[in-house]
Amino acid sequence: MSVGTQAAGAPPQVHVRFEHVGKTFPGKGRRGAPLVALEDISLEISRGEVFGIIGYSGAGKSTLVRLINGLETPTSGRVHVGPHDLTALSERDRREVRRDIGMIFQQFNLFRSRTVAGNVAYPLKVAGVRRPERDRRVARLLDFVGLLDRAHDHPERLSGGQKQRVGIARALATEPSLLLADEATSALDPETTGEVLALLRRVNRDLGVTIVIITHELDVIRSTADRVAVLDAGRLVETGSVYDVFARPRTEAAGRFVGTALRDRPSPATLARLRRTHSGRLVTVRVRDQQGFQTRLARTFLDHQVAAEIVFGGISELQERPVGSLTFDLTGPGAAVDAVLAALRSDGVDVIEENPDPEPDPQEGA
Amino acid sequence: MHEFVTNLPVYREAIRQTFFIVIISVVAGGLLGLALGLVLYATRPGNLMANRAVFLAVNVLVNVIRPIPFVIFLTAIQPVMLHTIGTTIGTNAVTFALSLSAAFAISRIVEQNLLTVDPGVIEAARAAGARPVGILLTVLIPEALGPMILGYTFIFVAVVDMSAQAGLFGGGGLGDFAITYGSQRYNWPVVYITVATIVVIVQAGQFLGNWLARRALRR
Repeated sequence: MSVGTQAAGAPPQVHVRFEHVGKTFPGKGRRGAPLVALEDISLEISRGEVFGIIGYSGAGKSTLVRLINGLETPTSGRVHVGPHDLTALSERDRREVRRDIGMIFQQFNLFRSRTVAGNVAYPLKVAGVRRPERDRRVARLLDFVGLLDRAHDHPERLSGGQKQRVGIARALATEPSLLLADEATSALDPETTGEVLALLRRVNRDLGVTIVIITHELDVIRSTADRVAVLDAGRLVETGSVYDVFARPRTEAAGRFVGTALRDRPSPATLARLRRTHSGRLVTVRVRDQQGFQTRLARTFLDHQVAAEIVFGGISELQERPVGSLTFDLTGPGAAVDAVLAALRSDGVDVIEENPDPEPDPQEGA
Repeated sequence: MHEFVTNLPVYREAIRQTFFIVIISVVAGGLLGLALGLVLYATRPGNLMANRAVFLAVNVLVNVIRPIPFVIFLTAIQPVMLHTIGTTIGTNAVTFALSLSAAFAISRIVEQNLLTVDPGVIEAARAAGARPVGILLTVLIPEALGPMILGYTFIFVAVVDMSAQAGLFGGGGLGDFAITYGSQRYNWPVVYITVATIVVIVQAGQFLGNWLARRALRR
């Protein structure tokens, strides 16, 4: 594999770099308004990592990934892949760079006129690899994705998951160092999605291929990516480790996206129901990745003689670390509850009061 | 019937001429039409080799020539024929005109069938680093082959039809034979036998086309 090796402990090598990239599509027709797809995108993707890009549909994800292999060219800014500045290259040179970048698609985009083996062989033919070597590599790739016995079938006879595995084998044919996955599992059922993601993790771990995953499915990012960028209306609103972005989103847009994925915050309707059955103050605490976090929480409640009942929430695992939030119904003397909240906050705990009362009264319950 | 038997050698020669006209026209017109169709497809705005000027020029040329009825086209291009093949009558002249006429019809059929190919497949080929010309030849044509064969079969039938019309201009072939030895002598058996022969040729062509298309589509 043509993977750039790096010494252990060395700082990660940048594989893809965006510098203030913008992309505007001209309007359709003479009077159509131009469409701004991406604005001022700057990001770095390290060699060997799995980098996720999430966002709602229309956020510009597909455009962004196509800038990496030069299928689209930016209207402003620069895109670097390895040592190449794609924006400075001719189309001919970009084609050379593309051979070091594999791509898989939501609808698989297999050639119907070719067999499974023919599909995998195509990029090798393009690259001018000769027959015996080509056949050897195709067999090895099909073996890698577990479809050696289907080599002579045509794609329409395969299931969705099998088609995507052929797509992956085809994308890896020229032994690229970078793989782009554009909504690669969005057309698959959950079980097949799991299989394809497991294969992608294997591609990353065993072959050292850098993977960029575009998706609107947070579960895909959660189970596969190391780092993630959140794209909202053509802008990059947040970039960080999957754990940080999911457990502690810093921006409203990222919070909205992650909130819908984790579903660990009560919805307004749930809150209204909770308020009918619970008389205390509803407070949501974000779970932290710290030894004895819950114990300290309980001790704080006890110290201030505040009764705390968990009424909503949950804890799950993300990148082998706990993540989630718990909503408590806190009852006790008003000053005591305030003291608890102050104590938690001074301890660095994220506390959200689920109490936007119509007319907040600071003296309430005193 | 007796008179038909005496004309048997002429009938055989007529069949030979029809085959000559039709095969040359379908092959030469087919190749030229394929090239024109590829140009129309590739240069269309937003496509692989988008080129507004070339697209408009070829598009207008095809639109102007295609609606001209063949018998009129045949006379209209006589000056061109004189320059290129040195004659305006006979089998060669008819074949030349028919090849051109078929090419323009085929260009549209090729263009339409290429347009139905999933753009995602083209994107996959681009992502693999393929050149535009390579994508046209190794992805688009194979992907559109089945319907394209049916389109060529349709043109084959039309060419047989037009080759018979060309008989009016002394072009030779079965149309010429039916007119000269049949209807002009009120010898109806000759006309019917000729018609039956044309029907058999068309049926055989259609059968072959369907069979090839089915193989290409693997249905």
